[in-house]
Amino acid sequence: MKKIKAVYPVRKMPTGKPQGKYSFLTKMRFNESPKLSNGAYSLIPVLVFLSIWEIVARLGLIPGNFFFPPFTVVIQEFYHLTANGILIANFLSSLRRVLIGFSFGSIAGITMGILLGYEQNLHKIAHPILSLFYPIPALGWLPILMLWFGIGEMLPIMIVFICSFFPVFYNTVSGIKNVNRDFIKAAQSLGASEWKVLTTVVIPLALPNIFTGLRLEAGMAWRVIIAAEMVAIPTGIGALLMRAESLLRIDIIIVCLIVLAVMCWTFERFFIYLEYKLTHKWRQYAQY
Amino acid sequence: MPNIRLKNINNFICHDINLKISNREFLVLWGPTGVGKTTLLNVIAGLVEYEGSVLFDDVPVDKHPVYQREVSYLFQNLALFPHLNTRANIAYGLRIQGESKNKVELRVNELLRLMKIEHLAERFPKHLSGGEKQRVALARAIAPSPEIMLFDEPLNSLDFHTARYLRTEIQQLQRKLGITTIYVTHCFEEAFALADRVVVLSSGEIVQIDSPKNIFKESDCRMVAENGYCDCHQGDKNNRTQIELEKGCSLCHQK
Repeated sequence: MKKIKAVYPVRKMPTGKPQGKYSFLTKMRFNESPKLSNGAYSLIPVLVFLSIWEIVARLGLIPGNFFFPPFTVVIQEFYHLTANGILIANFLSSLRRVLIGFSFGSIAGITMGILLGYEQNLHKIAHPILSLFYPIPALGWLPILMLWFGIGEMLPIMIVFICSFFPVFYNTVSGIKNVNRDFIKAAQSLGASEWKVLTTVVIPLALPNIFTGLRLEAGMAWRVIIAAEMVAIPTGIGALLMRAESLLRIDIIIVCLIVLAVMCWTFERFFIYLEYKLTHKWRQYAQY
Repeated sequence: MPNIRLKNINNFICHDINLKISNREFLVLWGPTGVGKTTLLNVIAGLVEYEGSVLFDDVPVDKHPVYQREVSYLFQNLALFPHLNTRANIAYGLRIQGESKNKVELRVNELLRLMKIEHLAERFPKHLSGGEKQRVALARAIAPSPEIMLFDEPLNSLDFHTARYLRTEIQQLQRKLGITTIYVTHCFEEAFALADRVVVLSSGEIVQIDSPKNIFKESDCRMVAENGYCDCHQGDKNNRTQIELEKGCSLCHQK
């Protein structure tokens, strides 16, 4: 009897980066790592946007009486402001405030989040109070902080602290609470004390949520600091923005906005990169 | 290895459970879903609240937290730590107990060999198949040389052949290491293949405790009969599936 050889359809599943015949978009979709080199893909639309900006401004295609400097003029002003040290001095003031406020706010948020997320009784006591403060926008604290701390370095730092604390805190609580109870039970049955369970299982598994809070707030800290400096502080990028506005220098305003955008992006990308480095081995990495 | 005694255990699902498990015994808790098998396992491990007393070698351990009871628990979903690779998962219990680095390394290598998973040592759980996860979880559970092993339907999610293969491995391992073992399952074949004694649970109460053979021959539990298991000599043999047991007897299942 003739043997019939069974032929099964074999579907080759793509592993890693697709090569060759796959389209540009498919390659982008399969590229899981958020390495900075991938920024090349994002650079193309940015370059197109800047070209359109340059052309529109040079040809005077903006309707109405808006003064809109071409991109190259903004770049020239950026160079001047950098060369005479004004931009760097103001940038460093803002950066210092963001780093101090954000670091303390994040550390406090993570610590409180871990404590309240893991200890149910503490959560029951503190959560109602913190829930009352959470909806207040960070800038809403400005008047009371001005009265308490005066116009000085503490004011913007405290604003960034408050702005950073709550989202990091809530994300940490959520991360700790969402750790599967079976992992905790497994660790306990293997002899881990409460402290060991917390440090070796719960916190590592809550890292993705903690990083979500940090990532969101890294950009938010810059938005808040600019607002605080515009309203109440004589130095910093926000203050430079206000001075440029009084001098009708739109090119300087745009320089400040570009610096702000780049810093928000850099801070966010830093935390995305850090999260990827710490967790990519064991979790499915999401595209941002 | 200790013997285990449960005295008048009561909680939200268990009612007046009294049970003695001899040392080195392989006891299977059998019953359909929701009768309190896992809860009883959790009582022994100290993972749920209960009234009554749990004694290991006649010493009450009710006041002991989970990590001081020295029981190893293999969960239904295996609960392999996703942030640790196979090697680190197996080493977890040993590291927690403060064993030296060399000792941990030796023990982990020994278990990797025993479970035939040396090639998976550096893989993370997300890259393991169901059967591989099962072996890693088993290696992790026995790594700290526990005196009591608790299994909560560990083969539930596996295909028939893998489950059967691993079932044999679990049994051989238990015989080799002589660990007092309590194994929860709702699968009749599994209970009969593995157990020294089977405890039949219904609505949080023990309805029968006996050897698998005796339960099969003379079950006084309606539930056992209702599940379609009956004596080979009754009814139409062609309409039954014969299940060969390792203890030399066989079990018939009404098709």
